[in-house]
Amino acid sequence: MTGGFQIVVCGGIVPNPLQTLEPITGPSGPALKNEAMLPAVLDPWAWHALFEAANLAKQNPGSKVWLVALAPKAKLQQVVMTIAQKVPFELIAIDGPASGFAESADVAEELAAAIEAIPGLDKSKLLVFGGWESASRGAGTTMQMVGEKLGIVDQFQGVDELKAAPDGSFEVLERIEGGRHQVSTCAGAPALLGWATGNLPEPPNNPQVGMANMRGVMPALQKAKPAKAGANGATYASVALPQQRRATRIVKDTPVEEIAREIAAWIKG
Amino acid sequence: MEKTAERTAEKPTLRTLPGDDVRQIMWRFADRFDLQMVAQSVRAVARGPVAQLVANGARNTHEWTPEKNTLLEAFDQAGITAAFMEPEEGGYIAGPKNLLLALIAFELAWVDAGAATSSLAGNLGLSPIHECGTPEQKATYMPRCIPAQPGEDRKTMRAAFALTEPIPFVGVDTGVLAGKVRVSEWKEGEEPILHVEKRGRFITGMDFASIVTAAVDSDDERIKGSCLVILEEDDEGTWDRGAATMKMVHQLSSTRDPVFNLKVPASRIVGGYTVKDGKIIPNLSHSEVIESVFRRTRVTVGLMTAAKLLSAVEPVIRYQRQRFRGGAADNPESPRYQLGIQMKEDALHRLVDVWVAGEAAASLGFAAARLFDEFDPMEKLKDQVLRERGIEGRRAILKTMKKAEKLAVEYVQLAAKPESERDAARYEELKADVLVQYLVLESAANVYCPACKLWNTGHGADMMRQAVSLMGGYGITEDCPGFLFHKWMDAQLEATYEGPEAVQRRQLSVTMLSPLFLEQFRIWTREMRAISNLRPLTGACALATAMELWMWSVQHLQEAKDADGNKLYNSARHGVTFPLADALSWLLASRSLVLDALELEARGPENPNLAEGIEGLVNFYRDMCHTHIGETVGVVGKICTELVVGYNRHPEWKREDCTTCYCQQEVDNLESIIPGLAASVVGADVIGDDDSHPVKAGPCASFRGMERFARIRQRMDGCLTGCRIAKDRAAQALTEVMIPEALDYPQ
Repeated sequence: MTGGFQIVVCGGIVPNPLQTLEPITGPSGPALKNEAMLPAVLDPWAWHALFEAANLAKQNPGSKVWLVALAPKAKLQQVVMTIAQKVPFELIAIDGPASGFAESADVAEELAAAIEAIPGLDKSKLLVFGGWESASRGAGTTMQMVGEKLGIVDQFQGVDELKAAPDGSFEVLERIEGGRHQVSTCAGAPALLGWATGNLPEPPNNPQVGMANMRGVMPALQKAKPAKAGANGATYASVALPQQRRATRIVKDTPVEEIAREIAAWIKG
Repeated sequence: MEKTAERTAEKPTLRTLPGDDVRQIMWRFADRFDLQMVAQSVRAVARGPVAQLVANGARNTHEWTPEKNTLLEAFDQAGITAAFMEPEEGGYIAGPKNLLLALIAFELAWVDAGAATSSLAGNLGLSPIHECGTPEQKATYMPRCIPAQPGEDRKTMRAAFALTEPIPFVGVDTGVLAGKVRVSEWKEGEEPILHVEKRGRFITGMDFASIVTAAVDSDDERIKGSCLVILEEDDEGTWDRGAATMKMVHQLSSTRDPVFNLKVPASRIVGGYTVKDGKIIPNLSHSEVIESVFRRTRVTVGLMTAAKLLSAVEPVIRYQRQRFRGGAADNPESPRYQLGIQMKEDALHRLVDVWVAGEAAASLGFAAARLFDEFDPMEKLKDQVLRERGIEGRRAILKTMKKAEKLAVEYVQLAAKPESERDAARYEELKADVLVQYLVLESAANVYCPACKLWNTGHGADMMRQAVSLMGGYGITEDCPGFLFHKWMDAQLEATYEGPEAVQRRQLSVTMLSPLFLEQFRIWTREMRAISNLRPLTGACALATAMELWMWSVQHLQEAKDADGNKLYNSARHGVTFPLADALSWLLASRSLVLDALELEARGPENPNLAEGIEGLVNFYRDMCHTHIGETVGVVGKICTELVVGYNRHPEWKREDCTTCYCQQEVDNLESIIPGLAASVVGADVIGDDDSHPVKAGPCASFRGMERFARIRQRMDGCLTGCRIAKDRAAQALTEVMIPEALDYPQ
């Protein structure tokens, strides 16, 4: 595409999935016990979206990637230390709650405003990426609202692949029922894509990229604007973690067919 | 633990295991995003490919396998290989790199110290060139050791360091070398060609090294002394990688016993050479080069053991809590289900011991690494100043430094005074004196480096055994989470390589007597007293008294003689000098931990991520300090007392020994002057006219001249007040702290 895409990836942070998550009621509503002190990671769906954005930018010279993240900025700084070494991007930080209890409408409002405020943004080249859902809540509504607020009508959710053509159009694979994909062709930007896992591996580390990114990241964190997003007005009747059931057996050298039979039998009950 | 629970009820304590925010503050890299980034990057390698290799049994062979070789690529990609280089050489971080390399070693050793060794060995091979190489040597080799960038078609050069030789010299005396260098060919007006013969032993990285920096001695009257030579695998002659060392530890690093018989140009002598009267004179002897290299790299080894101790905490807590789950009679609400072995005080106390040893080791190691980051640029400035003043040659330099040492002592004393009380002009003058600043840093670095290597690895290895034992039988199985058994065994190598414990004790026994160091130590002692004034619950008071006791003992032992009239403090009397070195290492470890805990208290509240838990963190670390100081005081007291009084002969019931005993005749005579005296000495050391004596354990020894020592000792014991309560609180915290659901690397 001539001049490349302007790709904005929306991504929040979530507690490291290995941590013990214990819902509590805090002074401002539901929260996770010791959440601020637990290590965090970039939301895995946004993580994939970022890889895809970087890959698309690499294939289309002149493209640029922004990462717009709403999270407590001190926490975000720790997370960015890891992701900054993977792909080049410019960070736009919004200082606010990363909790899964924040209202998605509030979050979308903040994200859309931050995107609108990017200097020199050309909407005719704009692709907004993000996760089609989130590891912290999974409502799957935030990205759609971001698109609406930005006036982007071409939206794709559960995206696993984007193939751009030289004329700026692109083909999108979206997940549908039954493990199949729906193939769509879009005439071009602007568009919004809520990514599923995509199909790219995690890019290798590149410390040079990391150093370059961090030169912009630290000032971005310093000037992060406080966000109003929260759970104001929402009432949570109850909060609970999804029930886990673990029944692990370690059996070596079991044929694949037998494993498949056993799983099928378990599903059938 | 009910009583303890009552005592701790009022105080918030640890909520989660200390994370990156805490570590960055304590180890002083909260403002260094470059280091934070590298730490994250290395962590991904450690808990990814490294852990996977260990879990897959890659450590079951000492051979360097294709699977192990994949680590090199992982190191390259993560920026571990290039981290050592300067930006102009292709690296990406400018400035001193001791703290950086320490963090890399720490993160890798969290999972496997062999992997850490593998990464560091390449740096060790390059260190002679980095520290002492000529500009040409640096320009030739450093960039070629940077991993090839996309689009570059070249093999990444990898370096190994060959000092150790086969028996009889293996690891015993780095001053004696069997490796030889001779002039092979020297044509008029041309570069001499050298013939190098070297057999190496335990040489790390030899499976893939393409250059080796080898220590050799002259076997030719046309070459003076010893030197280090750079060997390349394509040099003419024999480059035999040799047999794999059949080691039972650190199997994720390659180790072989190579044989070299090569011809190389004389320009490969590290640091260059000059020709005088037809003789090749290396600019630096091999011992000068290795002194410069080892005094940095040993710190990172110490940090490997520290990382392993800290890495053991989470798996042990999980094991303890889950120990009784799954039984038929288990009730999820019962303490037995929820706390498991943590219901038992002993299990908790022992885990506190492991944890606090790891904390103190990390504090000591990172303090040493930071010290070297200050020292490195100062060393370069010192060389520049000496050059500018035209001071050359070992003797002239020593003379200049000796003069500057007095000024350095003066500077240290001035710096310790409050600003209002010191001569500001003189202080500023000495502060601007490069040689003074160099000497101050050097005197501390010369103690911190061996102390860190000695204490972290030696005591660390003992405590790793404790960690393994806390896992019960599980600890010695392949299934043990956290690879604790491997970590314990590996610690033994860390205590041995790059200078075994005896070498570190020997070095300390010399460097700790430097007047400049001792002056700083006195100031640190006062500093601990000041800390204890503000933070009595850290135990800093007891530490200050233990430091005072050590100082008194050192001074006393330098003058004192044993019962046979032999001098106590001399270089051959290891029974005196080595334990004092051990005691000093304990003191420095405790001091470092206290300073780190104070840093956390000062800067923690600034970090919003810690805001809600900072009070608990600070309380916990105070208790950890107090606990550790309790142990340090015990060790220091034991060592000092044994040394101070232990070399005096114990009296027997003999008249010549009993000069302090009463004679019965004396008592009878005195009774007439002091009525009742005879009754009061019943049971005391009274020798009868027939040489009879009271039935008791023996005549009491005299402590004349040691009253001051006894007073300090008594005070020190009293200062232990509260240290076990602190330990109880720390133990209680272990029952409440939130840990992740599972370890973040495979098992």
